Amino acid sequence: MPNVAKGRKTARRRFAVTAKHGFTAWAIALFAFLYLPIVVMVIFAFNKPSAVALSSFHGSNMCSLPPDQIGNITVWNGFTACWFSAGLHDPTYIPAIVVSLQIAAGASVIATVLGLCAALALARMKPRLRAPFDSLVYLTLVVPEIVIAVASLIFFVQARNYFHAFPALGKFTILIGQVVFNASVAMLIIRARFVGMGDTLEEAAYDLGSGPLATFRQITLPRLMPAIIAAALLSFTFSFDDYVLPAFTNGTTNTWPIVLFSAVRFGLTPAVNALATIMLAATVLAVTITAIVLRRSRAPGRDATRVLDTALGLR
Amino acid sequence: MTAITEPEAATTASGSGDRAARSFRPRYPAWLTAPSFLYYAIFFLGPMAILVAFSLATQKGFGSLSYGFDIAQYRLIFTSFYLDIFARTLLMAGIGTVLTVLVGYPVAYWMARYLTTYKMLALLLIVVPFWTSFLIRTYALKIILDPNGYLAKDLGINILYTKYAIAVGLVYNYLPLFILPVFASLERMDWTLIEAATDLGARPFNAFRQITLRLTLPGVVTGALLVFIPMTGEYIIPNILGGGTYEFVGNVIGDQFNSAQNEPFGSALSIGLMAALSIFVIVYILVATKEERFGA
Repeated sequence: MPNVAKGRKTARRRFAVTAKHGFTAWAIALFAFLYLPIVVMVIFAFNKPSAVALSSFHGSNMCSLPPDQIGNITVWNGFTACWFSAGLHDPTYIPAIVVSLQIAAGASVIATVLGLCAALALARMKPRLRAPFDSLVYLTLVVPEIVIAVASLIFFVQARNYFHAFPALGKFTILIGQVVFNASVAMLIIRARFVGMGDTLEEAAYDLGSGPLATFRQITLPRLMPAIIAAALLSFTFSFDDYVLPAFTNGTTNTWPIVLFSAVRFGLTPAVNALATIMLAATVLAVTITAIVLRRSRAPGRDATRVLDTALGLR
Repeated sequence: MTAITEPEAATTASGSGDRAARSFRPRYPAWLTAPSFLYYAIFFLGPMAILVAFSLATQKGFGSLSYGFDIAQYRLIFTSFYLDIFARTLLMAGIGTVLTVLVGYPVAYWMARYLTTYKMLALLLIVVPFWTSFLIRTYALKIILDPNGYLAKDLGINILYTKYAIAVGLVYNYLPLFILPVFASLERMDWTLIEAATDLGARPFNAFRQITLRLTLPGVVTGALLVFIPMTGEYIIPNILGGGTYEFVGNVIGDQFNSAQNEPFGSALSIGLMAALSIFVIVYILVATKEERFGA
């Protein structure tokens, strides 16, 4: 009998070990799936035009070839770094990126301020009073973006018809539309942190004679800062990457995603890969720095993952 | 000194003093919600109201319409051509969601169960694609799937501009969004329960099925809904990876406002899409509140 039990126990341990290896293999396959396209995109930022295209090309800079004469660039043709300079001097891409950065900065600031104000009041409100506002917030997140986009389009056109002071379709209408979604995300992130940190320190400040404004400035705001920064960064990213809403409410303004989308649909050069690679590098750098800062300021493990959750608005 | 004596004074005083002390509790005024409430009312509810009005309006010639209560647009949705598009969209989103769950759950499980030092790194690797451009990720996938690329030429997998490419794109883009909440719920789980079960003779798979899966099911359902909703409203993936050959409802809506100039029908389709989605959301809320009432 003891032998049988022992045998079962080792069998179980062996099963546990193979299960672990199985899960690890699956996870590695998933990470390969997630990163292979990105790696390929970065590698192909250094790809030459096809040999056929180059044989009939007589200029000095091969990266000045237009998309329709570049040949097959989905196979490797040889190394060149000239797409980076071509991308950074592109007459359509760079202005579009500047416009996107402006809109994203504006949308991020407005959304974070709106979200912060709402989060402060909502966090300690009675659930019954909070419910209508909460459902409105969730509604802004659940309605598909394409629906918000077309609804905003007809709204902006009508508003311009009736009030001539209302901005025409362009940068401002894109920003106005994006703030709806971003303010909801910002509110949820900041409120999660605000609820999580409790009110004991603020109560102590009140007891020691500090007024509401001083308490907010000296106690609440500094402690909310990580969530506020996370909300602002996430708003910025969402706004900068957003295609669907701007595609309908842009008028004649071109944003980076709009230019990128039509390039992907109708032909592009590796200059697009080069610009995407630069942005990817900036994102990875920003995320890594954030992670290191978070890790330094808090104990690793459970707490660090919680901060990351807050940063993603999951809690 | 005063800080110590003051609360004492408050407790020695009668009920009214107590209430005064309570009113000092840090609370922010309700009017702070006013700016965002106003913003939502104008720039979210406003467009939604106009959308409803447009869907019931009648198209009169090019670009002009008269408001009324015309349900012709909604009737048009219930013709087989458009019902097919709705069915196809929900089916593809459903397949995409199931695939995401099957691919993503084991990874979330692996991260929560087996990782210690590298947990943060793995989480970071999941998060980075989440912070990079959706369009660029889809474009990156398109390079790989291109008919002139290595996958098609050397391995014979030529699926660009088919529903298979769309399914791959859905899973690829929404995996991080599913893994993160499921990982959070696995992290909160009490793993000693598994130890107890296996010590009492449960086979590992049964312990997983009866404890882990059951405890993390709410997280899985939430994560699944979190990816199902945007998949149903997807516009970019069917366009870039489907090449317009396999349109979702979102693409048909977009067409009504871009090329077809039939805004009332586009509005009606939008309302239809929201109605279809709201069924799933309501079922989810009912299930979630039921769990809360009877669970735990």
